[in-house]
Amino acid sequence: MTLLVAGCSAGSGLTGSSSATSGAAQTGTEIAQSSTDAGTGGAASSTVGASSTQPSGPMPSDGTLKLGLVLAPASMDFTTTDGAAIPQVLLGNVYETLVTQAQDGTIQPGLAEKWTVSDDGRTYDFTIRSGVTFSDGTPFSAADAAFSIDYVKTKWTVGVAKAMDAVVSATAVSPTELKVVLGEPNNLWLFKMTTRIGAMMSAQHVDSLATEAIGTGPFVVSDWQQDQSVTLTRNDSYWGAPALEKTIVFTYFSDPTAMNNALLTGDIQVITTVQTPQALSQFEDTSKYTIIDGTTNGKVMMTMNDARPPLNDVRVRQAINYALDKDAIVKAAWAGYGTPIGSHEVPTDPWYVDLADRYPHDVAKAKQLLADAGQTNLTLRLALPPVPYAAAAAPVIVSQLAQAGITVQTSDVTFDNWLGKIFAPPYDFDLTIINHVEQYDVTTVFSGKPDYYTQYTNPEVTKLETEGLAADHDTFIADFRKVVTILADDAAAAWLWAFPNLMVADATVHGLPENAIGESLNVAGLYTD
Amino acid sequence: MWWGLVRRLLIFLVSTAVASVVVFVLLTLVGDPARTALGTNATPEALAEMRHRMGLDRPVTTQFASWIGGMVHGDFGTSYVTHLPIGPQIGARLAVTMWLVAGGMAVALVVAIPMGTIAALKHRTWAGWLLSSLSQVGIAVPAFLAGILMVALVSVELGWLPSGGFVVPAEDPGGFLARMILPWLSLGLVQGAVLARYVRSAVLDEVGQDYLRTARAKGLTRWRATWRHGLRNAAIPVLTVIGVQLVTILIGAVVVERVFVIPGIGSYLVDSVARQDRLAVQGIVVTIVAISLAVSFVVDVAYTVIDPRLRRR
Repeated sequence: MTLLVAGCSAGSGLTGSSSATSGAAQTGTEIAQSSTDAGTGGAASSTVGASSTQPSGPMPSDGTLKLGLVLAPASMDFTTTDGAAIPQVLLGNVYETLVTQAQDGTIQPGLAEKWTVSDDGRTYDFTIRSGVTFSDGTPFSAADAAFSIDYVKTKWTVGVAKAMDAVVSATAVSPTELKVVLGEPNNLWLFKMTTRIGAMMSAQHVDSLATEAIGTGPFVVSDWQQDQSVTLTRNDSYWGAPALEKTIVFTYFSDPTAMNNALLTGDIQVITTVQTPQALSQFEDTSKYTIIDGTTNGKVMMTMNDARPPLNDVRVRQAINYALDKDAIVKAAWAGYGTPIGSHEVPTDPWYVDLADRYPHDVAKAKQLLADAGQTNLTLRLALPPVPYAAAAAPVIVSQLAQAGITVQTSDVTFDNWLGKIFAPPYDFDLTIINHVEQYDVTTVFSGKPDYYTQYTNPEVTKLETEGLAADHDTFIADFRKVVTILADDAAAAWLWAFPNLMVADATVHGLPENAIGESLNVAGLYTD
Repeated sequence: MWWGLVRRLLIFLVSTAVASVVVFVLLTLVGDPARTALGTNATPEALAEMRHRMGLDRPVTTQFASWIGGMVHGDFGTSYVTHLPIGPQIGARLAVTMWLVAGGMAVALVVAIPMGTIAALKHRTWAGWLLSSLSQVGIAVPAFLAGILMVALVSVELGWLPSGGFVVPAEDPGGFLARMILPWLSLGLVQGAVLARYVRSAVLDEVGQDYLRTARAKGLTRWRATWRHGLRNAAIPVLTVIGVQLVTILIGAVVVERVFVIPGIGSYLVDSVARQDRLAVQGIVVTIVAISLAVSFVVDVAYTVIDPRLRRR
């Protein structure tokens, strides 16, 4: 459901560079996974049993469900094609991972029944589930898992594959035992294994990934019409609970009105991404439609070029934050859906600190700070990529900043230009608006080093992030809470709102995930009355 | 006559060649397909390797030669972005658009010829005035707006027809018709309105001519004289407009395909532009240009069929 295409689902600088600061040794005892681990299961060693099963209510049916989506996958191969569209349809449905993320963000067993982490936090011993086969009938074993991990390191070309550089070796000790050794302890590596880079593939089929998806999941791809639809059909030899609907069709619409009409006329049963929240009023009849308003990992923000004068002055950045009325912006731009945020975090992050009121709307204070900084006649440029939330938010932001005496000149940029000149050197911008959709990406977007387009430099942030990633769980969370607080204090950007997971479904459809967790849209649990 | 045909054919071939050079040069100037393919966090080394794999480190002339050489053999190359061959996609999408264009043109002709003829023959009466005004309104409404309004009324409000999508006619003829009626109408009614104006003025030009009076003197009724002699003469300027309109409908289909979620060549072009798929864009644009030029070639040939006088030149 990425509105921002490849742009900010960019890879991560989380791994591979963490320095040798493993002061706090990790516990090696086997403890049951507790729900307080919230999404960072890598920190605590865990042994978890039985797989989750479908609720006893609905039974598998031979029905067909059609879903409406926006971004069509350009290929079936996410090892060489970037963007969120391919993992959205394939991950969890066709390809599975050793570990998965639950709706509350905790790490759960997937193709690995259980796992242990060594005392030094570097060695992961996975117990691979037996009796699992790929959809071509060949059995899945630890050797396939080791192959898949190596394949990410050696053959993947997309940026996200960098997260696998953390791995030194992946070895199949036996068909059910996989040993993975990391170069340095890393609290987010296991979480990364729930994303597309953790997808388990078969060595026999990697040469035809662009057209053929062979995985272990509850569905197989039975038809793919480029730019139009992907049809998933239930995998009858699936090892786990069978998918509830026999056929799920992902249908792609480039025009939001066409998608709304398709739901109104019954051509599709679910709008998985509402592009125009203002148009939700036509689905208000709750006897016919269900509106789902959950969370995503998206952070809509007005990025500032922190290195460029006068924005390198923290007072100017704070003044901009004081001048903005975030509630009014969310209301005008996104019909009030979405939670205002005050740092690079969403409420579901385990280290979330509520900083939305760090800079209450205060025009006088904004003017005072600008005067202190000697910037009473300030003109800034705001570059708008072709995404609906940026176009919607810009007019409100321009008028609010004008009240504080800041003149903003907006300009529309193509996505190619945005990627080439703003997101990459020469970082030619003052302000821009974008939704950073990747989960736990604070260490990428604000590494504290000027290696990202935010150009935010703060050695303390770098130190806290690096130490936190290698530390024990409590220190890790505490360090990251400090990081987001420092970012807010420094007004490293003007964060606007946490992007909502807005869906509309026919009232007969059930089992839609409320929150968009991770990169996949899992449809095995979908069913109709 | 044969020399004329050969000359037309040569013009067609040279224009297509020039167009392909222009398309190639324009698209080579923008963007970096390697960066697009690799996403945002690509390292310089990976970029260099990808450029090499895509052949982007070769001289531009070599790149052009291999592209044009492949196309002559029907090979449009394999997309850097989707890793799929482009030629078969263009073929499949073009087939869909051809249904759209053919149906839209048929509607336009069915609307325009009677409407324009009656408006001309009755141009001093209220009926002629009404038809002229109607076509004026039709000209003012863009096809996509007509489409959006028809979907809102016929599909969403009344529930009579689906709001969009495409099914292969061989698999489900009923579903195919049901889904194509609104796109055909939105393309055809608007183009029909434009065409009706030309038909009207062409027929008006002919009705005062001496040969028609002669035909009447031979005993034909006014309608029969117009039918036998007038329309044939009026057809020549109208045919030119139809040729232009076929191309307009082809291009206009881009927008209508979007409104009605039809997977034609226009949708393919828009999607390919969106994902920076340069090779696909090149192939599609050259195909559309070639079709447009082919249409005007066919129209030129058709003149000589309709008008025997042109054959002697």
